[in-house]
Amino acid sequence: MRRLLAALATTTCLIAAADAATVYPLDRATILAGSPFDFKVEFDAVVKPADVSVTINGEPAEKVLGKAPEFIEKEKGVEATAVLLRAVNIAAPGTYKVEAKAGNETKAVTWNVYGTPATAKAKNVIFFLGDGLSVAHRTGARLMSKGMHEGKADGRLNLDDIPPVAFIGTSATNAIATDSANTMSAYMTGHKTAVNAIGVYADRTKDVLDDPRVENMAEALRRTGKKSIGLVVTSEVEDATPAAVIGHTRARAEKAVLVEQLFEVKPDIILGGGSAYFLPKATPGSKRKDEKDYIALFRDQGYTLATTKEELASAAGSNSGKILGLFHTGNLDTVLDRQFLKKGTVAKFPNQPGLVEMTKVALDQLSKNPEGFFLMVEGSSIDKMSHPMDWDRALYETIEFDQAIGLAREFVKTHPDTLIVVTGDHTHGVSIVGTVDDDKPGPEMREKVGVYADAGFPNYEDKNGDGYPDKVDVSRRLAIFSSNFPDYYETFRPKMDGPFEPAVQNEKKEYVANEAYKDVPGAVLRIGNIPRSSDTAVHAVDDVVLQAVGPGADGFRGYMEQSDVYRAIAEALALAPAKN
Amino acid sequence: MPDPLLTRRRLLFTLAAGASGFGAHRAQAATSLDFDELYGKISVLGLTFSDKVKALAGQTVTMRGYMAPPLKAEADFFVLTEIPMSICPFCSSDSDWPDNIVVVRLTRVQTFEQANALIEVAGTLEVGSWTDPATGFVSLLRIVDARFHAA
Repeated sequence: MRRLLAALATTTCLIAAADAATVYPLDRATILAGSPFDFKVEFDAVVKPADVSVTINGEPAEKVLGKAPEFIEKEKGVEATAVLLRAVNIAAPGTYKVEAKAGNETKAVTWNVYGTPATAKAKNVIFFLGDGLSVAHRTGARLMSKGMHEGKADGRLNLDDIPPVAFIGTSATNAIATDSANTMSAYMTGHKTAVNAIGVYADRTKDVLDDPRVENMAEALRRTGKKSIGLVVTSEVEDATPAAVIGHTRARAEKAVLVEQLFEVKPDIILGGGSAYFLPKATPGSKRKDEKDYIALFRDQGYTLATTKEELASAAGSNSGKILGLFHTGNLDTVLDRQFLKKGTVAKFPNQPGLVEMTKVALDQLSKNPEGFFLMVEGSSIDKMSHPMDWDRALYETIEFDQAIGLAREFVKTHPDTLIVVTGDHTHGVSIVGTVDDDKPGPEMREKVGVYADAGFPNYEDKNGDGYPDKVDVSRRLAIFSSNFPDYYETFRPKMDGPFEPAVQNEKKEYVANEAYKDVPGAVLRIGNIPRSSDTAVHAVDDVVLQAVGPGADGFRGYMEQSDVYRAIAEALALAPAKN
Repeated sequence: MPDPLLTRRRLLFTLAAGASGFGAHRAQAATSLDFDELYGKISVLGLTFSDKVKALAGQTVTMRGYMAPPLKAEADFFVLTEIPMSICPFCSSDSDWPDNIVVVRLTRVQTFEQANALIEVAGTLEVGSWTDPATGFVSLLRIVDARFHAA
């Protein structure tokens, strides 16, 4: 018995020692052949240079990677040693076993370096990212926009005719749960990373700009060819999703830095919100902490600037091929506010274009490039309205997103060499359970929720054929709930006065129900089921549905890690052609 | 820049007035300022202060609004917002302040007020970009030497 215990103790010690070091890229990383990445080993203790050995497939790392790693005896703020090698690449596809040793510390990881076919299948890629897009958003948008009778939809969304081809696992490297930074980063680099990180592995140092970088889609396209690049979003253009196409930071909140990185990459078409981080500090409305004027800097590089719907229309006629369109200091208002209710910040920014107009301009401009293009279109506020459980706004956003997809489906009729991908970056815990019928008897709103046969069908109408219900606050509307929520007042009604703010923080830094909704007729207090530190409903861990059509769509199938999606796009575009 | 001595004197006057007929006196001493009166022109390329704000620079003003969740419960400064903030830009990495915020610097450390409650702030209006050396927080409008109470 004593011997067994001793043996167990020894085994445990060995495992602990073996796991002490961390190697970036992490174990099971998939790396595009020829793509630059930062290689870092973090040892758990301070070690001497002579004790460190780093090999790749049994050979010194220096020999495989072409240069010697930098030895950092003590990292800043850390009582431990690291070795670091920036911007290396591996040209030959294959399996690479990396072993790092320092005294008793040892760590082994395996990388899969992949090449692509020699010839591209697709010339253009249009990547539609519905932020937070879950199955209920699709169902709700279809019911609202098209209607239903006798159990069959009265019409189809544009995305209904793009084949669903894969389920995507969205988890981060540090948690099953996830956010829009690490998820889009996985799509756009082929490497998974930690919550809040973009284009980097999250290392242990506090500096949010020194983490080991991996190449992103925009950089890969600039390195390998002359395709144009477009970003079209309804959020700030420096928000996590568009930032992941171009940027590198451990902290997505570094928006001023992300604008600088956007300027380094210079996507040809940039349309969205977020001008506050482009303006020098001295300009009222700026959110920069320096005097750099990125509006002027982009203009100096030949960009046509547009700040309103009208200016976007005239920029569309320009031949510069480069447009910077910023239509709000922050996020654009939702389509329900812009086109129907005129709430939110529409009074301050009355001339914002929508996702459809922006996508049209981007497609017209980008398709002029004979080398092809990569366009990322984000329905940003599907997520931004799902967090506060403003389901009506989230579904209108989904309809708008779908109309932008409609433009792409028209486009591919004349440009069949275009791959369309439609997906979400993560899901929300949202479900449609029936209807809310004001004409059901009694004062209590929960008794007006129609379930099973009592749900019947909603009575939205779209008489003008614009795809949106003419009126959002109809008498028999969708009953939609979140699986998770902070304390809030459930009103069972659309929020006609502006986006929903379910909870506010109290003096104990806990989120409590926002009392502004307390007196809405029928409102009931729901006690939350997530920590009191959560301000709104959170992302779900559920898989995302990915749809694809066009050349290269066969690269997506079954269950895929989010990082595998990058590889399928890289293959379609032949970003690492085999060399003979 | 407002003369600090003058400001303090005005504040003392206000405080003294508080002892006898607080409400009536303060209505004369301070001009009330609404959130929708802060900016004249709002555009993507920047905001311009309203004529009223420019005229009130260095003067005593009162503003009604909500206290945004501060960094800590007891603080000598906080952010005043037009509507209750459901998010905490100080604590959350992916949230951001609205454009029309006013930084309030208090005469003394005061305890955080429930964010659901409307408050009224009185103090001297400071106009123009200023970076707080301690936090790096950039503000355009501040009410300094301020006090607040439930509205």
